[in-house]
Amino acid sequence: MKKLTLLLATFTFAFGTAQAKDWKEIRFGIEGAYPPFSQTEADGTVTGFDIDIANALCEELNAKCTLIKQDWDGMIPALLARKFDGIIATMDITEDRLKKVDFTNKYQHIPARFAAKKGAAFEATNAFMKGKKIGVQRATSMDKYVSDNFPSAEIKRYGTFDEAYLDLKAGRVHYIIADSASISSGLLAKAGGDKFDFVGPKLTDPKWFGHGAGIATRKRDKDLTEQLNKAIAAIRANGTYKKIQDKYFTFDIYGEE
Amino acid sequence: MDFSIIINEYQFYLEGLWTTTWLVAASLLLGLIIAIPAGILRTNNNWLIKGPIWAYMYFFRGSPLLVQLFLIYYGVAQFDAIKESWLWYYFQEAWFCALLAFTLNTGAYTAEIVRGAIKNMPKGELEAAKAYGMTRLQTLRRIILPGSLRRALPAYSNEIIFMIHGSAIAGVVTIVDITGAARVVNARYYAPFEAYLAAGILYMCLTFSVIYLFKLWEKRQHHI
Repeated sequence: MKKLTLLLATFTFAFGTAQAKDWKEIRFGIEGAYPPFSQTEADGTVTGFDIDIANALCEELNAKCTLIKQDWDGMIPALLARKFDGIIATMDITEDRLKKVDFTNKYQHIPARFAAKKGAAFEATNAFMKGKKIGVQRATSMDKYVSDNFPSAEIKRYGTFDEAYLDLKAGRVHYIIADSASISSGLLAKAGGDKFDFVGPKLTDPKWFGHGAGIATRKRDKDLTEQLNKAIAAIRANGTYKKIQDKYFTFDIYGEE
Repeated sequence: MDFSIIINEYQFYLEGLWTTTWLVAASLLLGLIIAIPAGILRTNNNWLIKGPIWAYMYFFRGSPLLVQLFLIYYGVAQFDAIKESWLWYYFQEAWFCALLAFTLNTGAYTAEIVRGAIKNMPKGELEAAKAYGMTRLQTLRRIILPGSLRRALPAYSNEIIFMIHGSAIAGVVTIVDITGAARVVNARYYAPFEAYLAAGILYMCLTFSVIYLFKLWEKRQHHI
């Protein structure tokens, strides 16, 4: 048994160091259901801000980019199970997630907001939310935020934000909460979206929303995290980032340096 | 491996177990109410009677339950006429949509079981009923239904088990059933193995309870 453990340890070590030297290929987990960051086109390809950033980072690192579509629910488990090496999916850097995975520095920071039918009353208090139905994507930082702050609300958890938007339009939920940029392009800019609007303030409390969205990596792959950090800084400096940002947004989505 | 999270979040699983149980039980009961007349009418020779029943069974047995649930939950919400009518009061609830989809689905499958059992009636029993001078209704009530339903029992217990397992898709329309509970727990702890294993065990308990009850029932039938 001891021998076996030793063998295993040697093997892991050898494997680990072999991988640490160079990242010729980086596999990123992407979601494909969160426009404008990540959306699945009619022909099945995935496009969006996250995707362009992933490709730009790989180019910067001279690595081959492999993008793997994964449901949001299973993102972190799939990363830990080595289905891919990093997650680029507008994932907020939160304390809870840092217990399981590492993050690079942020590559964007967009506040979360509530949206509802135009003219709907809104108060961010547990008393007001009593019995109100709030739609949110399961396992997001917004899910945690509403679960912690509005326990008396009826929280409806969806697999994707697109489903939550559908149910807001159908009138099955009173409010939804998501990244403001996602609400803009996934709900307000779509057909029938003119009946809806943001309600309440921009939400940025780091306790729930962390300090922006980063790329999640396994804790053992410190070298990859470091390389990605350098690459983020590089594309910020050389104008690639701005070019990609302007393709999707009319405002700055990085926030303070 | 950390199973303390299951113990910490047991109330999610209890809630899920309860939701799965009542949702499946209610849809099975309502499905049976549809299935027995549908199965009987399906054996009728008049196409005006058996035609619509055939179409209903063909659709619900021919397409996946998940698609049926999506059609009812997301599809119906697309029609303003329904959204403005009293029907919306029910269709806006996820549990109602799931109950409706499950009921219609199990109703179609069970009707097929009933039809098969009636088709396979021993000819002799029917001839004997005729010889006694029973009317068609009397034959149905006294001979066909008791005999065929008893023969349908093993097939029906399979349908119940399929329904328990099939109900796992209720979670996709925000219902917290057993699978829904596992998803929430997985989302909180990123521990899919523990979360889904606990769900699997709960489904197994439900399934084996059903099998056990049917064994008892079938045994009793044989004693009569």
